[in-house]
Amino acid sequence: MITIIDYRMGNLGSICNMFHRLGIKARVSADPETIRASDRLMLPGVGHFSNGARQFAETGLREVLEEKVERGGTPLLGICVGQQLLGSGSEEGEGAGLGWIAGRCVRFRPQDGAKVPQMGWNYVQPARPHPVIADIGDEPRFYFANSFWLKSEKRDEVLLESIYGGERFTAGVARDSIVAFQFHPEKSHRFGMRILENFAKWSP
Amino acid sequence: MEPMTAEAALPPLLLPKRRPRVIPTLLLKDGLLYKPVRFKAPKYVGDPRVAVKIFNDKGADELVLADMTATIERREPDYELIKEIATESFMPIAYGGGINSYDQAARILELGVEKIVLNTALASTPALSEKIAGVFGAQSVIGCLDCRKSLLGGYSVYVEAGRRRMGGKPEDIAQRIVGQGVGEIMLQSIDREGTGQGYDLALVRRVAGAVDVPVIALGGAGNVDHFRDAIGAGAAAVAAGSMFVFTGPHRAVLITYPPDEQLHRAFGTR
Repeated sequence: MITIIDYRMGNLGSICNMFHRLGIKARVSADPETIRASDRLMLPGVGHFSNGARQFAETGLREVLEEKVERGGTPLLGICVGQQLLGSGSEEGEGAGLGWIAGRCVRFRPQDGAKVPQMGWNYVQPARPHPVIADIGDEPRFYFANSFWLKSEKRDEVLLESIYGGERFTAGVARDSIVAFQFHPEKSHRFGMRILENFAKWSP
Repeated sequence: MEPMTAEAALPPLLLPKRRPRVIPTLLLKDGLLYKPVRFKAPKYVGDPRVAVKIFNDKGADELVLADMTATIERREPDYELIKEIATESFMPIAYGGGINSYDQAARILELGVEKIVLNTALASTPALSEKIAGVFGAQSVIGCLDCRKSLLGGYSVYVEAGRRRMGGKPEDIAQRIVGQGVGEIMLQSIDREGTGQGYDLALVRRVAGAVDVPVIALGGAGNVDHFRDAIGAGAAAVAAGSMFVFTGPHRAVLITYPPDEQLHRAFGTR
């Protein structure tokens, strides 16, 4: 059972619905005991980095996640702000991320007049193979809605890369039982479905 | 010589060219889909939930969902239906119709809708777009300008489902609403709506040349060549209604969306 962690960062209906459509059992919960009893976790997130960091601190979610993922090796899928919160912090505002991926979130600095936030479909390129991005198809494209991105400091933690505004950015990261993406797989048709399916089967 | 940085040593990214977005526009009346011609004689299309599933399967870039009668009937948006559709949609969604307060817009965005479309509120509540943009970002606010050509060749902008004229030229109104937080302009030609004759390219040129936010052309698309023409006239994206829901001379209902490859060829991005 996948638990989609509800830490008051956006509507989780479309993510849950996409898992169900794929025949994958998923539930939305904020309850620490439910999270502890899950064999996979998903950390979604739409909104401000600082709100997410505050929710971690105030709800005790940080301790539960550290126990489950960092020490327990439970597979975790981070999406959008859920990826950004894996870094140590963000230019967007104060608050500490989980610090599981080396790096901080930075704002796009377009070199060609492109608008920030990035809103729309973009292509990505894998930096290396990984079971969660296996067979995503030719020219995979995903829906992005972001002003900030997690600038990974360790090359071996980078999973997907893309370009926006002439700037190369990290679109996905992975390390041990953790995998995370800046785009929204739940709004990215078959490309996103494949990632969610792969995650549901993944044994890190 | 510059020292070699780690970044410079990386192999280059070879990404395909991005193509302009192609956006089906679905019109709601009493919770069902209808499609008018020139804002009149709406023809029944079907259930919006079914349409969204088909567009999921066909991989549409985004959807715009507009309640045609919420404003003129002074109704609240149908939150239950919007939530169902946002949950069912595996692509980004914009919603318009009957929004005249910040609380309504916030409630809809929190249901999982990506963007709010404003038309009547641009005239009646000019501060609204700025307030939504201030909290959710300018990318979450689309200003829809419904335009009609006058006999003398000028254009007027209409609100309240084409019933009331706003003062001013479309390009001036476009500049004003961008200054009030609107992040995208949906530019609709009422005269072309549902006709399949092609977009009003002169209108697209006037407005796209006046603002630096994306302009989405709407009204008149009959084939993918019309899409290319609108982009050539300065639009950043294209939207269409009838073309995606009807087929043949008798306008039989058939929900379709061109394959990605066909769109790339039409735009010259392949």
